[in-house]
Amino acid sequence: MLSIKNLRVSINNKEILRGINLEVKPGEVHAIMGPNGTGKSTLASVIAGRDIFEVTEGEILYKGKNLLEMPIEDRASEGIFLGFQYPVEIPGVSITNFMRTAVNEQRKYRGLDPMPANEFLAKMEAKKNLLEIHAKLANRSVNEGFSGGEKKKNEIFQMAMLEPALAILDETDSGLDIDALKIVANGVNKLRRPDNAFVVITHYQRLLEYIVPDIVHVLFDGRIVRSGGKELAIELEEKGYEWIRAELV
Amino acid sequence: MEKDQNNILEEVTQGDYKYGFYTDIEMDTAPMGLNEDTVRFISAKKNEPEWLLQYRLDAYHKWLGMTEPTWAHLHHPPINYQEIIYYAAPKRKKELTSLDEVDPELVATFNKLGISLEEQKRLSGVAVDAVIDSVSVKTTFSETLEKQGIIFCSFSEAVQKVPDLVKQYLGTVVPSDDNYFAALNSAVFSDGSFCYIPKGVRCPIELSTYFRINAANTGQFERTLIIGDENSYVSYMEGCTAPMRDENQLHAAIVEIIALKEAEVKYSTVQNWYPGNKKGEGGIYNFVTKRGICKGNNSKISWTQVETGSAITWKYPSVVLMGDHSVGEFYSVAVTNNYQQADTGSKMIHLGKNTKSTIISKGISAGHSSNSYRGLVKMTKRAENSRNFSQCDSLLLGDKCGAHTFPYIKTENKTSIVEHEATTSKISDDQLFYCNQRGISTESAIGLIVNGYAREVLKQLPMEFAVEAQKLLSISLEGSVG
Ligand SMILES: Nc1ncnc2c1ncn2[C@@H]1O[C@H](COP(=O)(O)OP(=O)(O)OP(=O)(O)O)[C@@H](O)[C@H]1O
Ligand SMILES: [Mg+2]
Repeated sequence: MLSIKNLRVSINNKEILRGINLEVKPGEVHAIMGPNGTGKSTLASVIAGRDIFEVTEGEILYKGKNLLEMPIEDRASEGIFLGFQYPVEIPGVSITNFMRTAVNEQRKYRGLDPMPANEFLAKMEAKKNLLEIHAKLANRSVNEGFSGGEKKKNEIFQMAMLEPALAILDETDSGLDIDALKIVANGVNKLRRPDNAFVVITHYQRLLEYIVPDIVHVLFDGRIVRSGGKELAIELEEKGYEWIRAELV
Repeated sequence: MEKDQNNILEEVTQGDYKYGFYTDIEMDTAPMGLNEDTVRFISAKKNEPEWLLQYRLDAYHKWLGMTEPTWAHLHHPPINYQEIIYYAAPKRKKELTSLDEVDPELVATFNKLGISLEEQKRLSGVAVDAVIDSVSVKTTFSETLEKQGIIFCSFSEAVQKVPDLVKQYLGTVVPSDDNYFAALNSAVFSDGSFCYIPKGVRCPIELSTYFRINAANTGQFERTLIIGDENSYVSYMEGCTAPMRDENQLHAAIVEIIALKEAEVKYSTVQNWYPGNKKGEGGIYNFVTKRGICKGNNSKISWTQVETGSAITWKYPSVVLMGDHSVGEFYSVAVTNNYQQADTGSKMIHLGKNTKSTIISKGISAGHSSNSYRGLVKMTKRAENSRNFSQCDSLLLGDKCGAHTFPYIKTENKTSIVEHEATTSKISDDQLFYCNQRGISTESAIGLIVNGYAREVLKQLPMEFAVEAQKLLSISLEGSVG
């Protein structure tokens, strides 16, 4: 589904990703861990198409297509979803209106008519229930005045609405209390299907107890330096990143 | 004696001319330029009573002694008032037989606005099937109003039908020498709306100029008068989201609103005059004086405007809060793109005790445009315990446009409170990326963000109007961000 080969990325002539290789197949859950500032969010942004980053080398194929040549919104409509580490506020735009616009623009891309209003509202209702989101939240402006946890829940809610093929969740767990974490993880698990995949960026092994990954990667200094099963996450939690640093030198 | 003789003399010497003049009335347009004869011509054309002619002439003479204001943050080549035709008979537009004959660009805009095919035809002058002609709808509409004693007609009709009401209120809110453009309008006004809501009547429907019979072509010097008698309510809507073209470049309208004791008048407008092309050529100059007076205690006047058109907008809908406990509101969204210039805002003049006013102004500038808010809040000595809250926000798209805020505050008593807040913001790359990542194109994203920004104002509009206004905002900004 997603195939990244030797990806090198810079910003302001500073190299951040230094040769990333990653293969994600349908049905898989990948976890990416690694110290602060090593490029996890950068990788997620480049997959989503943020153009402030310069791709200096390498390629990204998604469902066999050259992703790097696709506009951001087309990537989204092709099924790529990014759950943001820091979701932005859009004052005055209700979540309902925002989602309706997103759903219908994606449908338009796929050659479908706008979703009928009643169908849309029913879907909103179902997904709100799935994530135990209060009705009131959906009438508020996107992320405006939301608590950290509410913002993250809202990201997963949007994911549930858009039903992406590939969801990249950037630290969706940070800021969530333990109950919210379970709800979010449960939501993700219910959305898992043989034909979709998740890339979960996290600092905490705890999330991976609920969303069990097939493969765990360690991103260090712009490279994936280790990949392994879910035991790798446990090992990282116990030992920190120092031992990897030590092994690398 | 001598005076009478002079009058007779005058009549005799001018008789020929007058005669010739009256034959001229058969013409559809007045000769180019402005002089006393032009004023007489217009008044005669409309078969106006003598007092109204005198009102016009008086205004004309005042205008002669005035000069065009220069204080606004606007630039335009000098206007030659002698090169304007001040009266043209309401002409039927050339009837087209199908929409295929209409400017495709116009049709494209209609479609984006979601205007129905029939409505598109009506707006662009294509013959409409008899069955769906809206005349019957309009008639039922008028009957409903008549039953309640509501008068809603064109200004010219009102002059014939209810001259006393017109005479009683005309010019009482905007005196003919209020300002240069008001004087000009008072001399040569063409037509507009008249609306009277009797005591204790709540007008059951939104009064839209669309439903006014003979609404076609009110002309460039529009004159509107709205009177809410004691304890009445009306919501009045004017304008149209469809792009309006007009060969007359100069527009100078006056709207006067009078709210008597306990009355509430809500005035909403969407203005979308031709703004000129992308290079800033052509476009309407719109110099408007809109003012309401809360004459009685506990009365309320509220202005809501969405301004997207015109090359130049000069407009300050105001409220004089005369009655105690009266309320004045101003909600505005002004969009400027390309080379448009807007200098707009509001004046709240507090005269009565415990009066309250709110100003919410949202400016949106793109391209090379210039968008200024100019406001005056005045608390007179008598206006004890009064309050004003003003919020003036500017949203900038791109870095070649300009936004300016000129708030003036005058407080003459110690018990009133005036609060003013102002912000300037831009649409951030992060917001656009967030929207794009959800599959929303940049153009739609800007529309969404701008509408969110303007929501406080848009929600004041009557429902049907609001939906159209939202689309209009997005369309006005198309292509403004690369
Ligand atoms: N817009 C930017 N301008 C300049 N430098 C940037 C920008 N975005 C990211 N960087 C830099 O790139 C590096 C990687 O940042 P990134 O956000 O990808 O790290 P991360 O692995 O997600 O860290 P964290 O765990 O703290 O979220 C950092 O050194 C960061 O300062
Ligand atoms: Mg990060």
